[in-house]
Amino acid sequence: MSLGVAGARHMQAFLGSLGRLARNPFATILTLLVIGLALALPTALRIFVTNAQAATGDFANAVDLSVYLKTDVPLAKAEQLARSARERAEVAAVTLIPADKALEEFRAYSGFGAALEALKENPLPHVLHVRPRETASSAAALESLRRYFAAWPEVDIVQIDSEWVMRFNAILEVMRRLLVIAAALLGAGVLAVIGNTIRLEILNRRAEIEVTKLVGGSNGFVRRPFLYTGVLYGLGGALLAWLIVAAAVAVLGQPVATLAQLYGSRYMLHGPTGDDIGTLLGAGTVLGWLGAWISAARHLRSIEPRA
Amino acid sequence: MIAFERVSKRYPNGREALSNVTFNINTGEMVFLTGRSGAGKSTVLKLIALLERPSRGTLLVNGKNTSTLKTRHIPAFRRGIGVVFQDHKLLADRPVFDNVALPLIVAATPLKEIDKRVRAALDQVGLLGKERMLPFELSVGEQQRVGIARAVISKPPLLIADEPTGNLDPDLSLEVMRLFRRFQDVGVTVVVATHDLHIVREFGQREIVLDNGQVQGEALDCLPSVVATR
Repeated sequence: MSLGVAGARHMQAFLGSLGRLARNPFATILTLLVIGLALALPTALRIFVTNAQAATGDFANAVDLSVYLKTDVPLAKAEQLARSARERAEVAAVTLIPADKALEEFRAYSGFGAALEALKENPLPHVLHVRPRETASSAAALESLRRYFAAWPEVDIVQIDSEWVMRFNAILEVMRRLLVIAAALLGAGVLAVIGNTIRLEILNRRAEIEVTKLVGGSNGFVRRPFLYTGVLYGLGGALLAWLIVAAAVAVLGQPVATLAQLYGSRYMLHGPTGDDIGTLLGAGTVLGWLGAWISAARHLRSIEPRA
Repeated sequence: MIAFERVSKRYPNGREALSNVTFNINTGEMVFLTGRSGAGKSTVLKLIALLERPSRGTLLVNGKNTSTLKTRHIPAFRRGIGVVFQDHKLLADRPVFDNVALPLIVAATPLKEIDKRVRAALDQVGLLGKERMLPFELSVGEQQRVGIARAVISKPPLLIADEPTGNLDPDLSLEVMRLFRRFQDVGVTVVVATHDLHIVREFGQREIVLDNGQVQGEALDCLPSVVATR
């Protein structure tokens, strides 16, 4: 078979499948709607997670660790520790706040100046302010960094300045897992819907399949239009899901902007990115093809011509 | 072309439709397969078209052993055989053109050639100009001829027909048989299962008589056949 002829065959199967779907608009739209809704849900969840992360991104990336050294650690040793802290790959910056400077600031700003005069020694330790890199600002990475510094013998305690960021990241992580579970379950649902639709289509066209096999049509030839039908369902459902999500984002845009304003932020809701859309359309196409393939493999074999 | 060698066929329900059948059909021959209903005529045709495989014995068709031919090679095997049915098995929702073109489409023939050959095949069966009609718009005889056009369009070396005149009046039956003979004239091997003894005698071709799953007798040309004298 030459490439041109093969191309013409595929075009023919594709157009045939398209025509068949167009001739039963009601059934086709119902099926597309089911697939579209099933695909829209994980997509919306993903956009929610992306937005939640972006809206709080500035805080999340500004997590600092305060490493309090023991009071008997001399300044020279503290400087040496600051240098070795800077060498860690996850660390973006380290600021050493010597005890003297800390006391000065405390005296200046706290209003306890007179009381502090009475102290013979400076009660404050040297402190290292460690800012992790963005890539290491996840809850798990922060925690491992905290443990690392806490294990130094010169260190008294390590404080993560924004515990709530960790909690928030943990919530995001739960959301991300939920997203994976929802995507897997709904993907399986789409597979089942398309598989069943194709099964009915195969049974409807039983006579045609029998005759086609009788005149020497191979399994591949018989299967082809059903695979195209599956791909069209999957892709069509994904396009519908995109439409649904885009509409939801449009409806939510204004209230979210208002909410953000009330928190003193100028945050705007982000719609699906090119990546999101690509993943959605790709997943729809693959699920459609796979569902049709499984169904066709299962049911076409059993249809053999009878004389 | 076709060689049955001690072939038996037992169906899953236990009924033995053919027992120990041996006969040959040569290339270019036209043969009538006769016998009462249930004598095994349809089973013989099913075995030839590889709709069924023999339970015992060997059946060679077109040089292929039908017992050992791999399933994935069956489509190519069937493309070498044209099949005509009593109920013609046309696709009701497709015009005549699409029905006739089907064997060429599955064989990936270029569209231009399909167009040409469908017209030629319809011309041969006298239905040129009815390409766009649906099967139910045609008479029974015309429908049967569409089925024949479909069977011969890919120029198979072997044409088999199961009661092709079962639903036709005597005049139409003769017409259909003459059509088959024209294909034989150009070298096609033709096997026709029929119980229409009038036609068989009229055409005076070789006849294989089946009874109760066995070959009962053979009659050549105009010799009085076992069945004819009954």
